[in-house]
Amino acid sequence: MSSRRSRNPWRRPIGLATWTWAYVLWMFLPVAIAVLFSFNGGRSRSVWQGFSLRWWTGEPNASLLHDETLHSALRNSLVLALLTMLVATPIGITLAIGLARWRSRTASGANWLMLVPLVTPEIVMGASLLLVFTSLYTGIPLGRPAQLLGHVTFSISYVVVVARGRLLSIGRDYEEAARDLGASQFQALRLVLLPLLAPAIFAGFVIVFAMSIDDFVISAFLSSGAGSETVPVRIYSAVRTSSTPALNALASFLVASTLVALALGATVMSWFRRRRGTKESALADLTSVGI
Amino acid sequence: MTGTPTSVTTSDRSRRRADRGTLWGLFALPGTVWLLVLFVLPFYALVCVAFGDIDPVFRNAVPAWNPLNWSFGNAGEVLGEIFGGSLRKVFLRTISYVVCAVVLSFLVGYPVAYYLARHAGRWRGLLLALMILPFWVNYLMRMLAWVNLLQVDGWVTRAFSVFGVQVNWLDGQPITVVLGLVYGYVPFLVLPLYAALERLDGRLLEAARDLGAGPGRTFHLVTIPLSRPGMLGAGVIIALPMFGDYYTNDMLSRSPATEMVGNQVDFYLNATTQPQKGAVLVLVLSALLVVLMSYYLVSTMRMQREIRA
Repeated sequence: MSSRRSRNPWRRPIGLATWTWAYVLWMFLPVAIAVLFSFNGGRSRSVWQGFSLRWWTGEPNASLLHDETLHSALRNSLVLALLTMLVATPIGITLAIGLARWRSRTASGANWLMLVPLVTPEIVMGASLLLVFTSLYTGIPLGRPAQLLGHVTFSISYVVVVARGRLLSIGRDYEEAARDLGASQFQALRLVLLPLLAPAIFAGFVIVFAMSIDDFVISAFLSSGAGSETVPVRIYSAVRTSSTPALNALASFLVASTLVALALGATVMSWFRRRRGTKESALADLTSVGI
Repeated sequence: MTGTPTSVTTSDRSRRRADRGTLWGLFALPGTVWLLVLFVLPFYALVCVAFGDIDPVFRNAVPAWNPLNWSFGNAGEVLGEIFGGSLRKVFLRTISYVVCAVVLSFLVGYPVAYYLARHAGRWRGLLLALMILPFWVNYLMRMLAWVNLLQVDGWVTRAFSVFGVQVNWLDGQPITVVLGLVYGYVPFLVLPLYAALERLDGRLLEAARDLGAGPGRTFHLVTIPLSRPGMLGAGVIIALPMFGDYYTNDMLSRSPATEMVGNQVDFYLNATTQPQKGAVLVLVLSALLVVLMSYYLVSTMRMQREIRA
């Protein structure tokens, strides 16, 4: 008993620390090894046969640089993610503004509607979309058009969630101030609210891009065959067949491009934050002097 | 003069409030219409296919758009298979895999989240960034990584064979699928758990210790009960996608011995001419999950209202 007492109850928990770092290792080591194997000299994705760039650039037909099916998967993923980003973010931002300010029974219904996709398993959404495109919206072909509509559908709610947090912290005071100083509702929105929302808009862009790049189920259900395969679909269909380290190269390249997008987004957002610092103090001056 | 500047402003504001309703409604319109047309209506189409007819000549599904024309023969057939036939095993297997994977995820993830929230100190920033990073690595890429390691000549398989364990991990092993699910979804558990544990008032833990509770009792009587809502939410948020998952299974096993509901749905919708069977399976799955989904939605709404208040 006394020995238990004398132990410092707030000592550093070595066991927990070890567990956490082991977790980090477990999360990243397999992925790092998969990236490593994209530089394998042999055909195997599991036996190391020396370093080479063969599967990135070397092989005349089967490397990432030269294999047309890998190109098209990469192109499909990136184009789809960019388009989804451009369509879903504006829709999500306007929906978030609307839901944050609009008070009525319909509004709370719309709010529920917006939340449901967040908890709907992707397979339910994928199956529903597949069946509606094949039986009702037959004018929209499977492949990129259907995939784009599907990706936008599951992305909107995430944009709303991101933007709503920001809207709540901004509050209405700045807009009211602008209105009191003679701005029209539209001007208040354009000149006050949108600049304040800019970080959330960028966060929305980045998140939608990442979600679309990462998606497998919707892309697979709404694909129309090899021509509209995205990278995850390609990995899925090629993994068990006689595939080479070029598949690892493809996956590594996708991860790298996602991380580049993330880094770009983070840079732009920290730039916004720096700029907002001055802007907010200017607004604070305005409110203290003007009203 | 009765119209002081203040009263002008007030009436001005109330007029603005009055016209605000329609304007903000217009803002919400595109998103709401989008979700109605591409989320609600597709689900209705799924129901209409599930309760629709089968073309007598081509044997393909004919959706019944009018609820009055719904026929339940096909659905009854599938339900019969679920309760007494070949699909029964698949459903029981899905439930047991998901339960095992969620429990294991808690065993793995809770200590990590706890350490991050209470003890990480100067490492917290770096560790948090590392916890978010898996979200940016493609899910299929993460599974591909394990396929490479678990192949017959893969590094993990060979490491096991040093100890005399010869297992073909990718050949329909339930343990591979369950651990694959844990590996895939545990990052989605750690972050919400961390958020819940971080909010926990440290003074309450100190009080428990001051009143004579040991670390175990403090954890059991204070930490766990206080973090329970966060734990439930986090568990639900990983259980929902696991129930519909079929690609983890296909990547790591692709064997009928480990088939889950998602695999059957994928099979009927993408590989056969019987989409109506897949549609019924999706409906049954949704009916099973609606409890979990509503729990999460209601608790989210409650939290939103608290933040607003």
